[in-house]
Amino acid sequence: MLDQNQVLRYSRQLILNEFGYEAQEKLLKSKVLVVGAGGLGSPVLYYLAAAGVGTLGVVDFDVVGISNLQRQVLHFTDDLGRKKVDSAEEKLKKVNPDVKIVKYPCRLNIDNIEEIIGEYDVVIDAVDNFPARFLISDCCYFMKKPLIEGASVGFDGILMTIIPGVTPCYRCLYPMPPQDGVVPTCSDTGIMGMITGTIGSLQALEAIKVITGIGETLSGRILTFDGLGLNFREIKWSKKKNCPLCGENPTVKELVEYEIKCKLKTFE
Amino acid sequence: MKLKVNGKEELVDDGLTILGLLEKKGIKPMLVVVEHNFEVPERENWGNIKLAESDNLEIVKFIGGG
Ligand SMILES: [Zn+2]
Repeated sequence: MLDQNQVLRYSRQLILNEFGYEAQEKLLKSKVLVVGAGGLGSPVLYYLAAAGVGTLGVVDFDVVGISNLQRQVLHFTDDLGRKKVDSAEEKLKKVNPDVKIVKYPCRLNIDNIEEIIGEYDVVIDAVDNFPARFLISDCCYFMKKPLIEGASVGFDGILMTIIPGVTPCYRCLYPMPPQDGVVPTCSDTGIMGMITGTIGSLQALEAIKVITGIGETLSGRILTFDGLGLNFREIKWSKKKNCPLCGENPTVKELVEYEIKCKLKTFE
Repeated sequence: MKLKVNGKEELVDDGLTILGLLEKKGIKPMLVVVEHNFEVPERENWGNIKLAESDNLEIVKFIGGG
């Protein structure tokens, strides 16, 4: 049952034919884990808290740095040096005091990830590196947790909604991590805040659809976003027969931690 | 022959391989994955897979940042 305050707070989504009371109740009971409270994680967390997700787990080992502020919209200049999980919690509590925030000021690794993910209904990948993405996606596959994968760099973004046993998995697209030292990341090639904002908002939207069952999720499709040309593209995507994770003869049977060095920007 | 690459039609020489197409487009193979007719072939085979008329290709960058 929603109380009177909640009916007012969520009134704009309650009056939506496609959303409504039942979806709101599901949302209030749901538990979502957001890994990364940075460029993608900020909008994801903000919108999910505002919409009334019951419990939000926030994983981030990092502290707020000045170069984060151009895109990580949960963190303010006054927060420099604070743990991102603390800064995020403060803002989210102010947006919606109803939401329970669980903080994990650590890196996910093969020893802690299962215990943390096990507590949640849906996982949102908002990290900034490939080793963590492979670890999270493998773990969600083994634990049968829906995973909303979003990533961005430069002016580009990509989005996938992965439902274990139903849709292709992350490794059906990216069977193995990129070669050591070749792939650029945000810190070396840069990123526009609007790109992480766009992808993060879409991840939050996909999460509430997975939780409530409304609409059609992106499952089985890949969305790519080119912010410079302003193009969204949808790529048809199927399970890979010889996928190392979900294929007929999987080679990845337990969690693995990759070490990949990023390409460093060279100034000429 | 005509191919569809990331949704756009492109005219290329007959007998071109996936690797050849990437080279022609100036794309470093290790920065992307390629979907060929809705399947993701092994990277090791890109040099052997000859493209055919009206093949569908999606060249997807490795994007991992956030
Ligand atoms: Zn797979």
